[in-house]
Amino acid sequence: MTSVLQVEGLSASYRKNKVLDNATFTVKPGTLTAIVGPNGAGKSTLLKTILELHPSLEGSVSFFGAPYVKVKSRVGYVPQRGSVDWDFPTDALDVVLMGLYGRIGWLRRPGKKHREQAMQALREMGMEEYASRQISQLSGGQQQRVFLARALVMDADLYLLDEPLAGVDAATEKAIMATLDLLKSRGKTVLVVHHDLQTVEDYFDHVLLLNRTVIAHGPTAETFTESQVHRAYGGTLRWKGVASG
Amino acid sequence: MSYAGWILLTASLVGVSCGLVGTLLILRRMAMMADAISHTVLLGIVTAFLVTRELSGIHMLIGSVAAGLLTTLLVQWLHSLGVQQEASIGVVFTSFFALGVVLISTQAGNAHLDIQHTLMGEITFIPWEKSTLPLLGEVPEAVVTLSIVLIIVLIAIIAFYKEWKITSFDPALALSLGIPAGLMHYAFMGLVSITTVASFDAVGAIMVVAMLITPAASAYLWTDRLAVMMALSGAFGILSAVFGYYIALWLDTSISGSMAFATGVVFMFSFIVSPKHGILAKRLRPTTSSI
Repeated sequence: MTSVLQVEGLSASYRKNKVLDNATFTVKPGTLTAIVGPNGAGKSTLLKTILELHPSLEGSVSFFGAPYVKVKSRVGYVPQRGSVDWDFPTDALDVVLMGLYGRIGWLRRPGKKHREQAMQALREMGMEEYASRQISQLSGGQQQRVFLARALVMDADLYLLDEPLAGVDAATEKAIMATLDLLKSRGKTVLVVHHDLQTVEDYFDHVLLLNRTVIAHGPTAETFTESQVHRAYGGTLRWKGVASG
Repeated sequence: MSYAGWILLTASLVGVSCGLVGTLLILRRMAMMADAISHTVLLGIVTAFLVTRELSGIHMLIGSVAAGLLTTLLVQWLHSLGVQQEASIGVVFTSFFALGVVLISTQAGNAHLDIQHTLMGEITFIPWEKSTLPLLGEVPEAVVTLSIVLIIVLIAIIAFYKEWKITSFDPALALSLGIPAGLMHYAFMGLVSITTVASFDAVGAIMVVAMLITPAASAYLWTDRLAVMMALSGAFGILSAVFGYYIALWLDTSISGSMAFATGVVFMFSFIVSPKHGILAKRLRPTTSSI
């Protein structure tokens, strides 16, 4: 079976610093992968470069064996919550509807069918009653759920999520992970930038350790080992609650 | 139509066009770009005049759109080289504006194009510069230009409403859905440019900034919906224009200055009494702990 995402020799710089250097990896279908690495390891840049939101210096990326531009509708991106202005005059349902804009097409408006789809996605995230709430009136966890609902409504085959669990409450974390598991069970592939090493083994079946380049990548049980994580993070890391280095 | 009627119509057309465009300017956090473009259109107008030796509406529109887009490109370019966004705006527009002023005073001395006029506008002359149109008869040129611009703005905003919304709120998502956020950005700068230059004769380069920003900032305080914010902003633009005209009559002072002042009055009123963000509402609301 062909890979869902193939990245080869991908490099990118940010303000003249090379933050991503020769990253190469292949993501298999139906996997739930955590991208883990220290601050400044280039995790967000990796996602953005893969999606051509950030220019690459060299390297190539293919989705389902095709270039990104041909398969955009099969790839769903969930940016960091902090990347948008939550004071924007709009409500939760409207934000979810935006996930359908690509499919609705130019010069057309979202119809009743689209609104029902968006409502269904909000329902799946337990956010139905907040549909008409102005987005600045939502808590951080609720905002993240709205973003997840927007991803659901896209009905993509591959999802790339940038820190969806950052700064959310425990209930939201549970709801989001349940959703990602559900996507996986439907045969979707999910790639998540993740910051919490404590939960990697519980939540993800694959891990990609990143520090400017790919340190290790593979099934969690084999890849997420103390020695590999140390290679990614350097000596200052507390491994499973025990200080070392 | 009477003299005052034409002036009020002109001012209202300025108010509604600027109000609509201004909403997106504010939500895209580009208020400073409005300031920049309102100044650099001067260079566009002077250049258009020097090339064609004519002061006609269409040449000015083309010149100003070119100047506006050039400003946007240069600001973007400097920013990509590591200059701060605000600093690059400041560098580009002051240089272009200065070049425009130098060109006017050295090259266009005989023309009906002077600095006072371009900065402050002169709405009182507008009803006299008429052209004859089929069916409508004699109509001031500024009214014709402003109407065309308003129609362009309305069509652009209504036809691409959801694209404006998504590229303003979440450009990264827009790009990942195949909506060209970069192209929309330049198209929008084009809209800002034609709105600015059309409003130029009436209110001048400086006051047009008040018309672009303040009604939209006031509307933002009243609503949680983008479409409502746009409608309110346009309405506040008209209100300020009419209100400003009568202030000017009453005090016998500059019309464009009074209109800009009126936008400030509308904003202050909104700031105090709006149900959402108003000072009164905050005082009266039962104190709740922050979530």
